[in-house]
Amino acid sequence: MIKSLLDIEIDCLLSAITERYGYDFRNYARASLKRRIQNYLTVSDCNHVSELIPKVLHDKECFAKFLSNMSVTVTEMFRDPLVFKSIREDILPKLKTYSRINVWHAGCATGEEVYSMAILLEEEGLLGRAHIYATDFNAKSLATAKEGIYPAENVQLYTRNYLKAGGKSSFSDYYQANYESAKMKDSLREKITFASHNLISDQVFAEMNLVLCRNVLIYFDKVLQDRVLELFSDSLVSRGFLVLGDKEAIKYSIVKDDFEAVSERLKTYRKVLHV
Amino acid sequence: MFDAVVIGVSMGGLQALKVILPRLPKNFAIPVIVVLHQSTTIDSSLAVLLNGMFEIDVKEAELNEKIEAGYVYLSSPGYHLLIEQDKTFALSIDPPENFSIPSIDVLFESAAEAYGDGLVGIILTGANADGSQGLKVVGQHGGLTVVQAPNTAEAKVMPEAAIAAAEVRHIVPLDEMGEFILRLADDVG
Ligand SMILES: C[S@@+](CC[C@H](N)C(=O)[O-])C[C@H]1O[C@@H](n2cnc3c(N)ncnc32)[C@H](O)[C@@H]1O
Repeated sequence: MIKSLLDIEIDCLLSAITERYGYDFRNYARASLKRRIQNYLTVSDCNHVSELIPKVLHDKECFAKFLSNMSVTVTEMFRDPLVFKSIREDILPKLKTYSRINVWHAGCATGEEVYSMAILLEEEGLLGRAHIYATDFNAKSLATAKEGIYPAENVQLYTRNYLKAGGKSSFSDYYQANYESAKMKDSLREKITFASHNLISDQVFAEMNLVLCRNVLIYFDKVLQDRVLELFSDSLVSRGFLVLGDKEAIKYSIVKDDFEAVSERLKTYRKVLHV
Repeated sequence: MFDAVVIGVSMGGLQALKVILPRLPKNFAIPVIVVLHQSTTIDSSLAVLLNGMFEIDVKEAELNEKIEAGYVYLSSPGYHLLIEQDKTFALSIDPPENFSIPSIDVLFESAAEAYGDGLVGIILTGANADGSQGLKVVGQHGGLTVVQAPNTAEAKVMPEAAIAAAEVRHIVPLDEMGEFILRLADDVG
């Protein structure tokens, strides 16, 4: 099949960005990446993708804008509440024996799931000895995550999700309500380190008991999916846990023998003992 | 013959599918891919619900899955459904388009790039304009553009918007749509 002009332009843009900034999008799932680039084009003052190349090469600000647009996503607290319920009931009890519990939330976006996790740990009496590392490569999303301030209009949905996830007290205990926003409590935030981390180019940074990476692998091609799953496997302690997104599975991946399913349906896995 | 059929449907969609899908035989020669707007609050899978009701197999489109004839693939609530150049499914949770996730435009435009003139795009009943732009792009890539006759639609907005936006080749009443799709498999050229 002959490559379309648009694909040629996109390939050039991605190579330029990789060489100039080290952000390598070349192995991202192409269809959605292409759509994001085309959407970005309509808000920039360019007519063709190739016109973006000199801009992002010479203007760091422009690249920063491009980068944050490449990963604008939507997330929510306790998204897929049954998954969080299972983390509460099936995974956290098995972490109780550890004196220190490290949790890595990879691709945390604007942080909603991270605070959800902190709430779970709090309610199961584990937050005191837990530490959550929440990482993403989108600086703008991370800044929002760090602030922990969310639109008040979302609170109703989050409260519903919280209850479905087996919430033990009242969701309103965990934020300060303002007229337009809800600010997550400092006691939760104290146990979270937000940091920039690129899953493609950065390494393992600590031993983890639990890794959550939900709805990030869907953006990668098969090669990258495998590489990132290997990174998680390396990062986990023996018998550590891995939680993926609803539509992401381990069964066709390179690390499938490193893990057993806690629940295949909920995409919760546990690292097996290797001899 | 055509390589794939994409269908976009919203309000009244389940009923419309129940009229159309019984016409398709098991092992129908063209894969059928459906984006259906549905509420994310329903936990049960529509594919599980529909599979077994018709001769043709119905399943949820899965990440990285190779698209094959003999199936009706359904979108999953809360995820955009896309098609890669190698005819596999991709998913994303990028922001809603036309207030919709999954969005019909997102499927149709990626499908148009993957299948070109081998694609058939069909817009059915619905109460918003999602899919109009997508159907237009299907046409621009040489694909066949089809819309349910608005007067046979439970909600007319979507088919009417599609007719206004795209160059539509066929306008087909609901009760003839199944037969129409069936005949696409005999079309040579
Ligand atoms: C859809 S969000 C997932 C949010 C949340 N986990 C959820 O499921 O609701 C995907 C996130 O992956 C991040 N991401 C994409 N590529 C990445 C990479 N190479 N390294 C780190 N984060 C990445 C994006 O910035 C985005 O915030």
